[in-house]
Amino acid sequence: MPDVYISADNIISSLGFTTEENINNIKKNITGIKLINNSNFSPTPFYASLVDSERLYSDFKNIDNPEKFTRFEQMAILSITDALRNSKVDIKNKNTLFIISTTKGNIDILKQSNKNRFDYKKIYLWDSAKLLQQYFENPSMPVVVSNACISGLLGIIIGSRLIQSSQFENVIVTGGDILSEFVVSGFQSFLSLSTVPCRPFDVSRDGLSLGEGFGTIILTSNPEYVNKKIIVTGGSSSNDANHISGPSRTGKGLYITIKNTLKEAGSKATENIDYISAHGTGTVYNDEMESKAITSAGLENIPVNSFKGYWGHTLGAAGLIESIAAINSMKENTLYKTMGFSKSGVSKNINVIDKTEEVKINNCLKIASGFGGCNAGIIFSKL
Amino acid sequence: MLIKNLKITSSCIIRFNKVIINDKIDYVKDNYAGFPDFIRSVYRNYKINYPKFFKMDNLSKLGFITSELLLKQKNLLSKYKNDEIGIIISNSGSSIDTDIKYYNTIKNKSNYFPSPSVFVYTLPNIMIGEICIRNKIMGESSFFVFEKFDPDFLCNYINILFNTLKIKSCISGWVDFEDDKYESLLFLVEKENKKNNGRNINFEPENIRQIYKCLK
Repeated sequence: MPDVYISADNIISSLGFTTEENINNIKKNITGIKLINNSNFSPTPFYASLVDSERLYSDFKNIDNPEKFTRFEQMAILSITDALRNSKVDIKNKNTLFIISTTKGNIDILKQSNKNRFDYKKIYLWDSAKLLQQYFENPSMPVVVSNACISGLLGIIIGSRLIQSSQFENVIVTGGDILSEFVVSGFQSFLSLSTVPCRPFDVSRDGLSLGEGFGTIILTSNPEYVNKKIIVTGGSSSNDANHISGPSRTGKGLYITIKNTLKEAGSKATENIDYISAHGTGTVYNDEMESKAITSAGLENIPVNSFKGYWGHTLGAAGLIESIAAINSMKENTLYKTMGFSKSGVSKNINVIDKTEEVKINNCLKIASGFGGCNAGIIFSKL
Repeated sequence: MLIKNLKITSSCIIRFNKVIINDKIDYVKDNYAGFPDFIRSVYRNYKINYPKFFKMDNLSKLGFITSELLLKQKNLLSKYKNDEIGIIISNSGSSIDTDIKYYNTIKNKSNYFPSPSVFVYTLPNIMIGEICIRNKIMGESSFFVFEKFDPDFLCNYINILFNTLKIKSCISGWVDFEDDKYESLLFLVEKENKKNNGRNINFEPENIRQIYKCLK
């Protein structure tokens, strides 16, 4: 079975337009979450992490006409372009596949002002995929994964499987979501937005902060396309079979995912997990559930963080950009502190990272959970 | 690589006011009066007793009922552990029917009433969650969006899941709902076994296309 390497990546978020720029801001303890007072999103102010619209426009202008593309498409094209710049993978080869992960794609097309500007067909997620496929002149039929908040992570898992089974040599997993009135009002109706920037795993946490962004990871089985050798050693998904909008109280679904992911990675990786990148949204129930699943899997002593305090919950992008940050942690042997966390507020005594420090990291477990009771896990290992 | 002994052991189609189980028309509703009325009549006809059904959106109702009829003669949990059963479903419109319904509750600022019970169904994988809850299924699941039904991709991907021992059975297919147009096909994939009751055809893209075509 071929190994799946990470060839290159990109993050577009409130903290920057490249992976490096994002990580440098995380190192400086900067959060992208701000108070947003904008009636286009919500009648009341709320905390969220937004991509700088002026920068998006001007950066995009360097490669194409911004008027022709939606905000979602602009972020996607910029993210893929930057990742490709750092990789020798040939996008035009039939051995290369696109996977697009998103929850809502061009959902803002429902707004009358956008309906007038763009073709209504853009509401379909497959249309976004087709646009990217044609823009980059890729010959393979693109795949869209729309699986709530695990979409990004599931995209990487599915891409890895398609490479491991020798269906493709390279898979470009790209994904994201834009902030919209649609999504903000929905999370507000669930009363799940935090009254301050989110505080994952903290005793005073009271909800999540939304975010927007895009992430791209280029997976390949060709070692010549790779600098630092980090591979995918395990991946799994599961369902809680418990509730459509609330995490399981026991964490059993996520535990099954972790168990199966570890099993696939084998004993060498499993016995040496150095770091867990959690979903850690900052809602009371999610973080509690994760602490239980991590403990059930016997990983309660392993350092764990959440990146949500820097970027907010970026939905379809979350699994991607947080995996990229975790891979970067491995490359730099650095554990980043959980922004917003000071005192543990989960019932299980897990090892939440509260200060940034250098530690050797060979194996990292990344997990995510979402509406519909879905869970996903992946293990990245250094060769 | 396709595994030789994978079989489709059950299939169910709901389309054009009809329910088709294993290629045979099993129920027809005359006097079509819209999807909500039709799907309720299917629910009643088969004496399904699951009050949560009435809270679901159209897409989930369609997927849920199709899965109920697909699994009617199958006691999956007597053969497989709950994390050995996978669900891989696809469609074209994602959750567009409920997206539009939800958007109509927020677009007018003087008539703004976003509801969590509507918003939650603006994700297509909620339908998979509903089927998992009903059947206590906890295995691999994912929701894909394609312009058109793509048996080649599904067949290929499900083969990978079987090959790598992630699942021992799988519910898969296509469930699409938009603007009162509905179309669902679910099939059950299992390894060949004498104890399999029901149909027994090779799990191959061409065979799935044949099942799908039977009501075109």
